[in-house]
Amino acid sequence: MEFGPHLMLASLEGAVIAAILSLTAMGLSIVFGVMRVVNVAHGEFFMLGAVLAWYVTSALGGHPALGFVAALLIVPVLVAAIAATADRLILKRINYDADRTIVGTIGILYIIQQTTLMTFGPDARPVEAPFNTRLSLPWFEFGENGFAMFWPWGLSTTSYKLFVIAAAVVILLGLWMVITRTKIGLVMRATQQDSEMAQAFGVPVGTVYSLVFGLGAGLAALGAVLVVPIQQAHYLMGHDPLLLSFIVVIIGGLGSLPGTIVAAILIGMSDGIISVFFSPTIAKIIATLLVAMVLVFRPQGLLGKTAP
Amino acid sequence: MLEVKDIHVAYGQVKTLYGVSLSAQPSEILCLLGRNGAGKTTIMKSIMGLLPVSEGSVTLEGEDLTNMPAHLIPRRGIGYIPQGRRLFPELTVAENIEIGLMTRKQGPDTRDWVLDLFPRLRERLGQAAGTLSGGEQQMLATARALCLRPKVLLLDEPTEGLQPSMIEQIRQVIVRMKAEGFAIVLVEQRVDAVLSIADKVAFIENGRDVETTSAADLEQNPDKLTRYLGV
Repeated sequence: MEFGPHLMLASLEGAVIAAILSLTAMGLSIVFGVMRVVNVAHGEFFMLGAVLAWYVTSALGGHPALGFVAALLIVPVLVAAIAATADRLILKRINYDADRTIVGTIGILYIIQQTTLMTFGPDARPVEAPFNTRLSLPWFEFGENGFAMFWPWGLSTTSYKLFVIAAAVVILLGLWMVITRTKIGLVMRATQQDSEMAQAFGVPVGTVYSLVFGLGAGLAALGAVLVVPIQQAHYLMGHDPLLLSFIVVIIGGLGSLPGTIVAAILIGMSDGIISVFFSPTIAKIIATLLVAMVLVFRPQGLLGKTAP
Repeated sequence: MLEVKDIHVAYGQVKTLYGVSLSAQPSEILCLLGRNGAGKTTIMKSIMGLLPVSEGSVTLEGEDLTNMPAHLIPRRGIGYIPQGRRLFPELTVAENIEIGLMTRKQGPDTRDWVLDLFPRLRERLGQAAGTLSGGEQQMLATARALCLRPKVLLLDEPTEGLQPSMIEQIRQVIVRMKAEGFAIVLVEQRVDAVLSIADKVAFIENGRDVETTSAADLEQNPDKLTRYLGV
């Protein structure tokens, strides 16, 4: 394949990665922004989303679309409930202390991961996509006959991948509306800015924290349900999303939601493109190098604010 | 109305209040005077439930507020204007007011009432609170607390760092709230500002209330100011 069509193919792969990553990283970013908790278990909530999606779809049977829609509706709520319970049982008891929550969430990470290994097992299991039509894509060329459009061999994507990108955009727009336009969003933002004052104005900060922790985990699970028809569910699949989410949140600026989106697109696209042209390992190396550069030259991140 | 009885409070391991008793009545301004570090702000925070009270009690109209979950205390009708204003800086003026209204589920009539008290805020509803001038921020902090339609208003150094015209405006609002029947607890550094509006003055020293007296009595015995405040 020539360079042009190859780049287009790589960009499409990158866009899918960016779509999933923006959901996952958004969850991490919201949790850090509101609660100041570095959630090391975030990748495991992602994995849990994929694994539970497999359970839901295989329990339901029937047409793949039926199981998929059920998973899309049930799984994020279920994972959010598990996360909110973990918040109540563990993080609340250690008063959201910055150092101890890191150790606490590492504990949550292993509990979820090993429980999954014991129940779900070590196999990777696929979830069938609800629809998966192969779509050939055109390319343009100025040849002997002037401007021409043709369909290069191998330049194609699937309808499901395009759906993933569209779904991520819709979910993120919805999230943005919730945060900026609703009362619960207002309460979240107030808690983020001054939790003590929020309390002095009747905000039940403990409940807000549980809700936010659940929302963060639910977003990761949502990303996982969307990706599992492409990627398969496996008990160790949480590592990469965790690493990439951290990279995104640091590059975007801690606690900055627009920054998280910008960085997720940047890292997702570069990860996809570099993975196609070179190798996934080089993509991770470059992303990590980018974090180092951001920390050296712009420690607050791309869109982050300096501490007041 | 608001009764503080012999409370002992600590910041973690550091004990700062060793038995403070106060009482605020409707249509009355109680002023807390004391040197820096005497514990005035700690008293305010303890009433709001933001610090754990280890001994003693806080009651509002007979209901025990001591160590009630902190977010329930403002819902009982205590409006808090903290030191340094502590607005939600990235929320707009309208959103800061909305937070105040949500505390006790007040409606648009309360919103209009506070915006009529501070017409300047009406012009700035869409602006982020952190970008307001100091005086406007103080107005917003006051408005946010009044949005609760509180029975008790706690003001912690409301005139700190403001220009004289603004101080006068804040003072007028406090007097007006007194006339509306609020019980007001005021922490203030500027003695001259206090004496003209306070009904009662409580001197706080080293985490204790050493003397509570009427403002009229204080005017006759100004030597107490020298004794407790060194001014």
